[in-house]
Amino acid sequence: MINTQDILETIQMIREENLDIRTITMGISLWDCVSENAGRLCENIYDKITRRAERLVSAGEEIEKRYGIPIVNKRVSVTPVSLIGGNCSAEDYLKIAQTLQRAADALGVNFIGGFSALVQKGVTVGADRMISVIPEALAETRNVCSSVNVASTKAGINMDAVARMGAAVKRAAYLTRNENSIACAKLVVFANVPEDNPFMAGAFCGVGEPETAINVGVSGPGVVASAIRRAGDCDLSDLADIIKKTAFKITRVGQLVATEAAKSLGVPFGIVDLSLAPTPAVGDSVAYILEEMGLESCGAHGTTAALAMLNDAVKKGGVMASSHVGGLSGAFIPVSEDAGMIAAAERGALTLEKLEAMTAVCSVGLDMIAIPGDTPEEVIDGVIADEISIGVVNAKTTAVRLIPAYGKAAGDRVEFGGLLGSAPVMPLNTYSPARFIRRGGRIPAPIHSLKN
Amino acid sequence: MKAVITVTGKDAVGIIAEVAGVCAARGANIMDITQSVISDYFAMIMLTNIDGLNVGFSEFADELAALGKSKALDIHAMHEDIFNTMHHV
Repeated sequence: MINTQDILETIQMIREENLDIRTITMGISLWDCVSENAGRLCENIYDKITRRAERLVSAGEEIEKRYGIPIVNKRVSVTPVSLIGGNCSAEDYLKIAQTLQRAADALGVNFIGGFSALVQKGVTVGADRMISVIPEALAETRNVCSSVNVASTKAGINMDAVARMGAAVKRAAYLTRNENSIACAKLVVFANVPEDNPFMAGAFCGVGEPETAINVGVSGPGVVASAIRRAGDCDLSDLADIIKKTAFKITRVGQLVATEAAKSLGVPFGIVDLSLAPTPAVGDSVAYILEEMGLESCGAHGTTAALAMLNDAVKKGGVMASSHVGGLSGAFIPVSEDAGMIAAAERGALTLEKLEAMTAVCSVGLDMIAIPGDTPEEVIDGVIADEISIGVVNAKTTAVRLIPAYGKAAGDRVEFGGLLGSAPVMPLNTYSPARFIRRGGRIPAPIHSLKN
Repeated sequence: MKAVITVTGKDAVGIIAEVAGVCAARGANIMDITQSVISDYFAMIMLTNIDGLNVGFSEFADELAALGKSKALDIHAMHEDIFNTMHHV
């Protein structure tokens, strides 16, 4: 028998604390689309995506209705385009990006991920051509997302690729200078990229993935913050327990939705991503959780410790609630998408250096951070290299999604709208790492990668 | 299969009758009702069996939501599994 208290608690989580399923992402393999003719390849890609995901949006809406829980995004991720492009020219890669956009339009999904390359050890001819057109591809499309994995704990860091990505980020910002450099919000540079991630902009369908799979990302920072508020002045052991129990409940809903979506679409269930993903909505913020834990402002000394505990408790609570866990799994700290992070950055409590430290203990990395538009390319390379090395040495995923907002200076504000929010332009250290970056080559894999 | 219908809003005459009317018309059998009125604020949780529903669950939920809108009430129908999954290991 269902308990009245349980019903009220669930309803409160959904209606007052912004509990939602952040995304149902269908991974679709494009290996069987390969063709030596670029036009044929594009046709194959369009046909396969629109056929396989034809019912994705309607099935998602049906599940929303049945369980009364919002499913904010329905998305598609595909095999990294650089792997299936074969002998495509740079222009052909642009056509593939436009094909992905057409497929996204036909399906009604809000993002399609997989304009991606894996170059941690070196760049193939295909990856080289694809990376060369990333800025144009993102500027010419609205819903296509791109990611490039430039490092792994096993391979080390491909510093040539890091330097190319710094240039790509700058060019993407320039090409979309009239839209607040929005193309950069669709481009992520990774270390140890997960192959089953449902979250954008970094989602793609990895090489070891099945033909199709349903991967689900949950959310719920507001629910965790409310639970902590209700707990009052308990000690940190009790607080960890409260976070675990809350994460368990949130993730169970994710598992239910993932199972139902997989059943309804006749597609295998892949993973649930145990995430705390904020939105710009008031009360849906990871920063507010940290402040509820006892910090005067997110970014204060103590933030890294609080975030480490939060991230760990979310995983411990979530892992028992789901049969398969994957993706990024952890708390996200995208600045522009989190009202508390924005406020902390604006009051000067949260700096880029503190954010970098925080990424050592939670999922993702330097995410959705606007920096001055005139930041030199080598400085962006340096930021990427620092962040990526945290991932490589700690055998975890890290990523960089910076927006060098064209024509903006520190202290300005950039509006992206919707879930992408708005970002205060944050200052950064502009002493030059140019000579270090220009050395090129690879930073060798750390000694503890040799586990065999 | 069961569905939980929740109704909240300003108290008025005939709320239960209206909701029960939709349930009867659509073949949902009412199994349990918990209801209270605190300072003019009406709150009800209704447990229904929806095995005999003569429309799709989405339509049933939409019809209840529309009824709520017309009466300035907040009415939601949710499948029981979300509560069972969240609160029972």
